[in-house]
Amino acid sequence: MDIEKRVQGLTERLQYIQDIFGDRENTNTQLLKSKLSDFLERENNAPVHEQVKRMLALEDLFAFLEKKLERGLTSMDRVRIVRHPYRICLKDILENVYDNYTEIGGQDEYNIDPGMLIARAYISRRVGGKVHNQPVMVIGHEKGHGQEFRNAGSVKPWGNAKALHYMKVADTENIPIHTYIFTPGSYPIEDYPGAAQQIARNLYEMAGLAVPVISVISEGGSGGAEAIGLADVRLMLSHGYYSVISPEGAAAIEGKVKRGQRVSPELIEKCAEQLKITANDNMAMGYVDRVVVEPPLGARPMHYDFFKTLRREVIQATDKVVLDVKGWNFFRAMAVRYRKKRRVSKTENIYVRWSLNAKARERLVWRRYRKFRRMGQKAYQDSSPATRKFFSRCKEAGWSLYSLFKYDLLKKQKKKIDHAVEEISGEILVLKDRVLSPWAKLKGRLGGNGSPGSSRRKEKSLTELSYWEQDSGGFGGNGGGYVSAQARRDRTVTCPRARTHGCLDLWAPDLFGDFAGICNYCGYHFRMEYQWYLYNIFDRDSIFEFNEWVESENPLSYEGLDLKLEKIKRETGLKSACMTFEARVNGIGLVVAMLTGNFRGGSVGAAEGEKFIRAAERARKKHFPFLAYVHGTAGIRIQEGTNGVIQMPRCTLAVRRYIEAGGLYLVLYDTDSYAGPVASFLGCSPYQFSVRSANIGFAGPRVIRETTGMDVAPDYHNARQALSRGHIHGIWARKELRANIHQALLTMGGRNLYYR
Amino acid sequence: MDIKALLEEIKASPFTVVEVAAPHTGVVEYAVEETGFGVVGPSKSWWDGPGTLLGTISRERNKKPLYAPLKGEIETVFSEWAGKFVEAGTPLFTIRHYLTKDEVIKAILKQALYLFKAPERAKYYFVPTVDKKIKGEGHESVRVKDGMDLFIVSRMKRETVLAYGGPQGIIYAVYFRHDENVDMGRPLIGVCPEDQLSLIQDVVRRVQVEWEEP
Repeated sequence: MDIEKRVQGLTERLQYIQDIFGDRENTNTQLLKSKLSDFLERENNAPVHEQVKRMLALEDLFAFLEKKLERGLTSMDRVRIVRHPYRICLKDILENVYDNYTEIGGQDEYNIDPGMLIARAYISRRVGGKVHNQPVMVIGHEKGHGQEFRNAGSVKPWGNAKALHYMKVADTENIPIHTYIFTPGSYPIEDYPGAAQQIARNLYEMAGLAVPVISVISEGGSGGAEAIGLADVRLMLSHGYYSVISPEGAAAIEGKVKRGQRVSPELIEKCAEQLKITANDNMAMGYVDRVVVEPPLGARPMHYDFFKTLRREVIQATDKVVLDVKGWNFFRAMAVRYRKKRRVSKTENIYVRWSLNAKARERLVWRRYRKFRRMGQKAYQDSSPATRKFFSRCKEAGWSLYSLFKYDLLKKQKKKIDHAVEEISGEILVLKDRVLSPWAKLKGRLGGNGSPGSSRRKEKSLTELSYWEQDSGGFGGNGGGYVSAQARRDRTVTCPRARTHGCLDLWAPDLFGDFAGICNYCGYHFRMEYQWYLYNIFDRDSIFEFNEWVESENPLSYEGLDLKLEKIKRETGLKSACMTFEARVNGIGLVVAMLTGNFRGGSVGAAEGEKFIRAAERARKKHFPFLAYVHGTAGIRIQEGTNGVIQMPRCTLAVRRYIEAGGLYLVLYDTDSYAGPVASFLGCSPYQFSVRSANIGFAGPRVIRETTGMDVAPDYHNARQALSRGHIHGIWARKELRANIHQALLTMGGRNLYYR
Repeated sequence: MDIKALLEEIKASPFTVVEVAAPHTGVVEYAVEETGFGVVGPSKSWWDGPGTLLGTISRERNKKPLYAPLKGEIETVFSEWAGKFVEAGTPLFTIRHYLTKDEVIKAILKQALYLFKAPERAKYYFVPTVDKKIKGEGHESVRVKDGMDLFIVSRMKRETVLAYGGPQGIIYAVYFRHDENVDMGRPLIGVCPEDQLSLIQDVVRRVQVEWEEP
């Protein structure tokens, strides 16, 4: 019986090797196969002791070859490992890493989203003869060893909403959160709460969670991973992958495949290598804190020792996070550091209470912000001269100091004085009315209502024709200073909705000049250049660009990206897709971060993220409103790999810090805005508006079709649909943008804006 | 009406010839120039995929595509217009379209049935006596005549009786479900003269079985 079981185990191991390597390792698999069948042939005739002996030899051979194959694992092999049904899943971890657990919010398919599993668990530690049960909230993707209803851990928006709900519960109960990431990516549908918007909400809330969050990454597919991945410590399993996009998706984009075509396996392999998705790659780039070593060819449920290692690692990580923010921690912190460094297996004899007091909770959130703020600093280029860097740092320090004096120290006194002045002037007004009332009565009787000048003005306004004021050309702002290149073409243009709305052709100089790119017949908004907005929204000569030296580069040395970047920089005159500047709207100063669709589709990489964060910081220091104007964004720049995807939590943390400091964060979408940025730092804004005819969403129609098998309607991502789903909060016509932004500045936002 | 004759007529010429004319003035450029060329009409789930590109018409330096409106083969190409300025409505192609099974049935039923349409958006039910009869013996057993109370219109808890208005006959088909809203103008029932019921059924069956699509 025992032999049979072991044979079964070896058969599964062989099958697993074949699944991972396919035909590539044929010699080794053939050898194992022949040895196993040889054993099975002779087994019946041999005595038991002989069988056991041969079985041991065979197992040794398997172990030896597994180790040998381990050395030749490619990135794509790792992808196949994490997707294999034999791979450990969250339930195995709950059974073997935690001492007790209860699943919450669903049971198998009877679940709002079976791909997202929530459990309250505890870890028991015996310290000083006493047992401590330390409660934890476990949140993670469940693949369920290939159970179909789990959707391979591809979580729907409501699954992420469930995760967020229980993160908040953990925050209330002051217990740590352990998240386990086993997802190929989020399920790309727009139904409420919306794939992108829910991930954005998760990131925003996680940025402020005041309990330790430890995440363990096995399969970290882009946005789906980020939805529960913003953590104080990020552990990664050695055979896992963490990437901006699946290698298949990257290959489909690189190969420009059309509907029905298949990408070649070679291109997929190449993309997987280039994206640097393995644990060691991510560790080297600083996006994970520690790699948890798995057995050869990846952990499977039979590897009990691995669960011990994982238990040790999560306990150590939680201890470390807690001790880093606790007051009394000297000896224990030292011991934890030592054990972590030496990978000492005994970790449970140090007792660290995992609940935090109010001060420690504040420190924890601050440390989390700083941790992510430091990430990705080598993935972009800041070519500003040293003197300039020095002066800008001095300036920033000056703003901080000024803001401290003006808004924190002097504001209270100023408020008191203002209140006193208001009271006194109220008294004076009453007195003045009393004293002057006889004179006013006399004047009224004599018929002297108003000054002669005002009556003349009134007469003039009623009898003469009105005319444009000299300064107000165009739609406000800088007026007609900008003429679109599209308006210089002597030709007509057809509205894309002509077939359904019967629009007539429009002459390009009219359409892109006087009409501001708006169809006269149906109101369709054609794409305008970002310069149009600079000239027509902001006050004349009020734009001042900063951080223009921060430049996109090719941190992964991705093949062909250097040339593409060089070309686009030359064509657009921009150094990155994000332009940050200060400007004024009707005299109100604001900081703007603009993602321009002209530069690599407005995709966000390390440079764009860094500029965005610096803009948010500047707005916070200067007490200015912060506008994210999205001229267009295709998502995260895939060629930058994790350097790009890490901008999702980084920028969201910066935005949260700004909003919590009392600012106004406005987002304005124009043309097409998709994927990562919408699913993080844009989608988390409480005030998101769109220009008419814009498209907003998580994934484009092609990705939706490939992932879900659904053909979505052509207007699926239209701004109106986004508004009716509750993803955005208003649609503005292009001609009224300036007035609407001004109105928003006056009516929305936090407590700490200087012009209030 | 002679249904069989109608079918024979369709069978004798199972095509429609559709003329593709210039939608507006402009200079024509042909993308398809040979007759007999197979073309397809709009495709994809939402009919947003364009048909085969037939040519372009340039007006004011705006080159606009001209797509095939339906499946078929090019019968005539008015190639004399190539590179010339044409007025709106000038025929540029004719497409020979082989009728599909559904189109044939639709054409027959259009001739043979009287469609009684929904006067407003609401849920519709048959009155209890008719409903009982339909459930027991099928809708072919119900004879309707002008002014007969046939439906109950239910909208936001308001229920009113709706009388049938149209020629006398029996219900050939029911096009609504009692649990779904029917939009205004959508057909509720199709009525045919009693003596033609079996004939229509027979013809439709024959089309279903025998009609071959290319």
